[in-house]
Amino acid sequence: MNIDYSPEELEFQQEVRAWFKENLPEDLKQKNMRGEMLTREEIISWQKLLGSAGYLVVSWPPEHGGPDWNATQRYIFDAERAAAGAPVGFSMGIIMLGPVLMAFGSPEQKEKYLPKIESAEDWWCQGYSEPGAGSDLASLKTQAVLDGDDYVINGTKIWTTYGHYANRCFCLVRTDNECKPQAGISFILIDDMSAPGIEIQPIVSIDGEHHLNQVFFDNVRVPKENLVGQEGQGWTIAKYLLTHERTTIAGVADSKLNLANIKRIAAENEVDGKALIDDEQTRLDIAQAEINLMQLEFTNFRTLADTAAGRAPGPESSLLKIKGTDTQQELSELKVKMAGYYAFPWHTEGFVGPEDFAYATQTYNFLRASTIYGGSTEVQKNVVAKMLLGLR
Amino acid sequence: MDFSYSDEQKLIKEQVEKFVQNDYSFETRNKILEMDEGFDRSVWQQFAELGWLGVPFSEEDGGFGGGAIETSLVMEAFGNGMVLEPYLSTIVLSGNALAFAGSSEQKAELLAGIIGGELLMSVAYAEAKSGYNLANVGTSATKAGDAYTVSGEKVVVLGGASADKLIVSARTSGGNSDEDGISLFVVDAKAAGVEVRGYKTMDGGRAANISFNDAPAELLGEEGKGFAVLDRVIDYGIVAASAQALGEMNSSFQKTLAYMKTREQFGKAIGSFQVIQHRMVDMFTHVESSRSMLIMSSMKVASSDAVERKKAVSGAKVYIGDAARAVAQDAVQLHGGIGMTEELDIGHYFRRLTLFCGIFGSKGYHLRRFADQG
Repeated sequence: MNIDYSPEELEFQQEVRAWFKENLPEDLKQKNMRGEMLTREEIISWQKLLGSAGYLVVSWPPEHGGPDWNATQRYIFDAERAAAGAPVGFSMGIIMLGPVLMAFGSPEQKEKYLPKIESAEDWWCQGYSEPGAGSDLASLKTQAVLDGDDYVINGTKIWTTYGHYANRCFCLVRTDNECKPQAGISFILIDDMSAPGIEIQPIVSIDGEHHLNQVFFDNVRVPKENLVGQEGQGWTIAKYLLTHERTTIAGVADSKLNLANIKRIAAENEVDGKALIDDEQTRLDIAQAEINLMQLEFTNFRTLADTAAGRAPGPESSLLKIKGTDTQQELSELKVKMAGYYAFPWHTEGFVGPEDFAYATQTYNFLRASTIYGGSTEVQKNVVAKMLLGLR
Repeated sequence: MDFSYSDEQKLIKEQVEKFVQNDYSFETRNKILEMDEGFDRSVWQQFAELGWLGVPFSEEDGGFGGGAIETSLVMEAFGNGMVLEPYLSTIVLSGNALAFAGSSEQKAELLAGIIGGELLMSVAYAEAKSGYNLANVGTSATKAGDAYTVSGEKVVVLGGASADKLIVSARTSGGNSDEDGISLFVVDAKAAGVEVRGYKTMDGGRAANISFNDAPAELLGEEGKGFAVLDRVIDYGIVAASAQALGEMNSSFQKTLAYMKTREQFGKAIGSFQVIQHRMVDMFTHVESSRSMLIMSSMKVASSDAVERKKAVSGAKVYIGDAARAVAQDAVQLHGGIGMTEELDIGHYFRRLTLFCGIFGSKGYHLRRFADQG
C-alpha cells in the first residue's frame, strides 16, 4: 500500500503544471476563479489552445488523437488544470459523443465528426431530457419517422445546456411506439442547429444566466445515415455512457481549489472586529468541509487505483457523483454564509462589496443543478440500490 | 498509488476473519460477556500463539513487523464479531507506548510480556475533570532519590480492572493543562497505594476508575516529555478503534441489507420500497466512505509531520464517528421492534458504535483539533 505518485507520474505532473502556467490567460483565470460565466468565444479559444497542445481529447485513445494516458495521468491532468485556475470548458462532444461514436458509430461517422471535436470546431449539445421525460428518460416522446432517405423529427427537448452556443446536437428520439419504451429509442445526430424547423428558446436559471434552452423540432429533416448504431439501440448507447470510466466525476480538483480559496478569503476578510476564520462557527464549518473533501479525494483515489489495476468501475461512479456534488454545494453555501450581507447584491451590479463575494450567490444558485443534472441524486441512489445492493 | 494488500497483509486479514467467523459466533460472544473479566483468557492465549499480539511491533521488538495498516486489518476483523478481548488497551495503546518510549529493558520485560500474552496492560490517562484533553493532568508524580511515586485518580481506564501493569500520565512540572511537564510512568496494579474499582461499560466491556496514593512508579520515556508520546499513542488508538468500528458498521449494514430482502410487510420484501432502498444506499455510502478515511489515516498516522498526522487522524475520527452513529441508528430503525431487543446482535453493534463515537474524543473535540492545524 502506498499513497504516492511514481517518479514518472511526478514528472508528468510537472510537465502539465508548467504548460498551464505558461499558457492560461490571466484574465480567463481571474474570471473563472471568481465564478463568472465565460463567453462562447472565450471558451472556444481556450479549447482550441488546449487542442493545439494535445490536451483537449485527453480521454480518447491514440488512434483518434488522444494522448494515450492512463487513468492516473488523466486524474493528474485534471487536478493540475483545476489548481491552475483553468475552466473545465465545454465537453459534451469529448466525454459523451466521442466514446459513443467510437463504440457504435459507422466509419463514415467517425471520420466526419471526431476530428472536428478534437479541433474544437464543433460544439455539440445534448438532446436527452424533455418536459415530460426527466428522471424517467425512457418516456421521451420526440419522434423520428423515416421518410425516404431522411428521418423527420418532431417534438421538443429541454434543459439543453449551451444549446444556443452549439452548432450540432446529439439526440435520443423515439423511432418505435409499439414496443417497450426503452426498445423504441434511437440515437441520432443533428448536423446543423440552424436548420429549418429548429427553434431555440432561452431559459434563464436562478443564477440569473442563460445556460439552458428549450429546443423545438418542427418537421426537421435529418439524413438517415445520421442514425448511430441501429434503430432501437439508443437506450443501450445512453446506458453505455453511464458506466464509462469517469475518474473526475467527483470534481475533487475544483473543490480543492475552491476550499483553498475559501480559507484565504476567511483569513483576509474581517467581520465584527476579527478575521472570519476566527469566528468559531465559520472555522468549524470550514474544517468539516475540508474533512468531507478529504474523504471524497481518498474515495476517488481508490476508484483510480481500481481502474489502474484493470478493474472496471461500475455503479461506484454514482457514489462519487452523489458525494462530489454534495461537496460542491456545501462549499458554495459556505461562501454565501461567509459573505453575510455581501451575498445580497446581484452580480449584474458590478462589485458592490469585496470582489471575493461578488459571485458567491450566483454560484450557490447555479450549483443547485449539480444534484439534478447527469442523473439526479435520487436516480443515482436507485441505480446503486439495484446494481450494487440487489434491492428491487 | 496502490491500495492493494501485500501477501503477508492478506494472510493476517484472512486468518483473523476466519477465526471470527468460525470461532467467535454471537452465541460464543454472549457467553464470554458473562465471564468475570468480560473476556476469555484462553482466547487471549490463542491470539498470542497465533502471533496476533505482535502485529503492530517491529521485528527487533519481537513483533510481526507490522504497523497501523496491519493493526487495522486485525481490528476490522475483530469488529465483525465484536471481539471482547483487550487488544486495544493492551496491544495498541500500552504496546505502542512501550515501543515509542520504552527503554530496552522495559521493552524486553514489558513489551515482550504482552506480545507473549503473559502480561495485560492499560493506559490510564483520563481524569474526572480532564474531558478529552490529554494535557489536562491533575495526577502528580514526585521524585525521591531515584524513585518516583504518583498520586491522583484516573477514570474510565479501558481494561483497567484486568491489567497487571498500568501506564499512567502524571505531572512532574508545569500548570494543569500544560503539555510540557507531563511524564508517563509504569505502575504495578497490585502495588501499595493503587486502588482499582472495575465496572461494565455500555457495550459489555470493562473499565475501571483507579486511584493512586503515593504508588511506586517507574518512568517511561523522558521526564516532562510524556505528552507527545501519549498524543501519538492515542492517535494510533483512534485508527485502531476506527478499524474496529468499520468492521462493526459493515456487519450492521450487511445484516440489515439481508433482513431488508427477507422481511415482508404489505405482501412484499420491505427492501422493495424506495424509502428503504435510499436509506440502504446511504448506509452503504457511510461504510465505503469510512473505509476511505480509515485507509487514509492508517497510512498517515505514521507520518513524522505532526500536522499531517493530526489532520488525518482527527479528520477520520470526525468522519467515521458521524458515519458510525448514522449506521448504528439506521440499523436499529430499519430492523424495527426486533432491533430493540437484547437477543439480536444489531443492538449490540449499536452499543459498540455508540461507544466509538465518544472514545478518544468527541466529534466537536476532533473538529477543533483538525481546525487548529490550519
